[in-house]
Amino acid sequence: MARRDYSLLGPDAKRAVETGLAAAEWYHTEVPRKDMKALMQRSDGPAIRDTILWLGGMVLFAGIGIALWPSWWSAPFWLAYGVLYGSASDSRWHECSHGTAFKTPWMNDWVYNIASFMILRNPVTWRWSHARHHTDTYIVGRDPEIAIMRPPVFAKLVLNFFGILDAWNGWGRMLLNASGRLDPEEATFVPDSEKPKVVSVARIWVVIYAATIGLALWMGSILPLMVIGLPRLYGAWHHVMTGLLQHGGLADNVIDHRLNSRTVFMNPISRFIYWNMNYHVEHHMFPMVPYHALPKLHAMIKHDLPAPNRSIAEGFAEMWPALKRQLRYEDYFLKRELPPTARPYREDFHRSALGEAGATAAE
Amino acid sequence: MNQWIDACATDEIDEEDLIRFDHGGRTYAIYHSPEGKFYCTDGLCSHEQVHLADGLVMGHLIECPKHNGQFDYRTGEAKRAPVCVNLRTYPVKVEGGRILIEVA
Repeated sequence: MARRDYSLLGPDAKRAVETGLAAAEWYHTEVPRKDMKALMQRSDGPAIRDTILWLGGMVLFAGIGIALWPSWWSAPFWLAYGVLYGSASDSRWHECSHGTAFKTPWMNDWVYNIASFMILRNPVTWRWSHARHHTDTYIVGRDPEIAIMRPPVFAKLVLNFFGILDAWNGWGRMLLNASGRLDPEEATFVPDSEKPKVVSVARIWVVIYAATIGLALWMGSILPLMVIGLPRLYGAWHHVMTGLLQHGGLADNVIDHRLNSRTVFMNPISRFIYWNMNYHVEHHMFPMVPYHALPKLHAMIKHDLPAPNRSIAEGFAEMWPALKRQLRYEDYFLKRELPPTARPYREDFHRSALGEAGATAAE
Repeated sequence: MNQWIDACATDEIDEEDLIRFDHGGRTYAIYHSPEGKFYCTDGLCSHEQVHLADGLVMGHLIECPKHNGQFDYRTGEAKRAPVCVNLRTYPVKVEGGRILIEVA
């Protein structure tokens, strides 16, 4: 395969449309309608509980951090606050963008807008971006949310553990949008009717950041920025760590989430921060199932999925060598074995998408 | 010319649920509302041609299984992004325990 072009306006984007990879019908494990309906049911309870813990934890940790400031004793509390601000916001943004976290729509929208601000993703733009990610998951030239492009740029991945490139990009986009313009790639998936909303939100954010920076200058201290803005950097590491595992080292240009997504068992704290998105194959196959029902969904369909990684460490141990190999051989990917109870991968589908590399990569 | 088509029996659709019905090269979705009425819309989401029959009915809303866009299935009105284009709706009547839809 020729070198990948990830631009949404480039030749790979055109090819994906021409070959039918774009907006294709994806593989789904069979789940009886009655069971799926039960899994899809919405509930406010779990997300209200988790949101109280999330925002309450932020108030508590920031409060102690401020009280102890500028002593180094405040550092652990800022680190905890940072993870809730710069990482837990990623999963809240994500789940609420699907509208599945809460049963009550305004609760979804309220948390979605707060989390979008923290994670620096324009709530209008990114709703459309994420819709495309689900339509064309890891289809090169179509998916705007490919975290690890091939060949991987390790410096970029490491910098993003501290939010540096993502946040820089987010602030740049915010200023661009506030000036009344959209990036040309954004314009490919945001409908014209929604563009004024993108600009309005960006302008509100600029006012908030300007007020925070103004306060910091007036106080002669970075303390206000420790509360708003900087935690997107010093607290980003957890969402990057879990996010890279979602698809890293796996196939692209396929239409079976078992080939391009990874489920990883995680500790309860990471699952709280990540809102169960460690069940990532399950989430992509059935995006209407709320985060709190994903463990049940996993139990129901695991006979048809590759075995999950048993820990974050095991996931990285699997993924990292594959990424290193992609430096030399861009077409390489991990093709994980299915259990004997699973319906096999459609090799014919994916060979046409991947070329012969699809059949040989994992050998 | 419009014609009434026998789609299914009333007891084939659970309350607050829907089924897919294919006819004449088109796909329809037939709904059973919580108050016991029946409705019919196009069967594919107006956003990206996903079958709504795999989605979730909540009251008078149908949510698309792929991107969680929502429509009011009584009117076809698009209610939640990413859907922006309304669904087409079709007249429905019940005769002798059968659901009939009027299609072109």
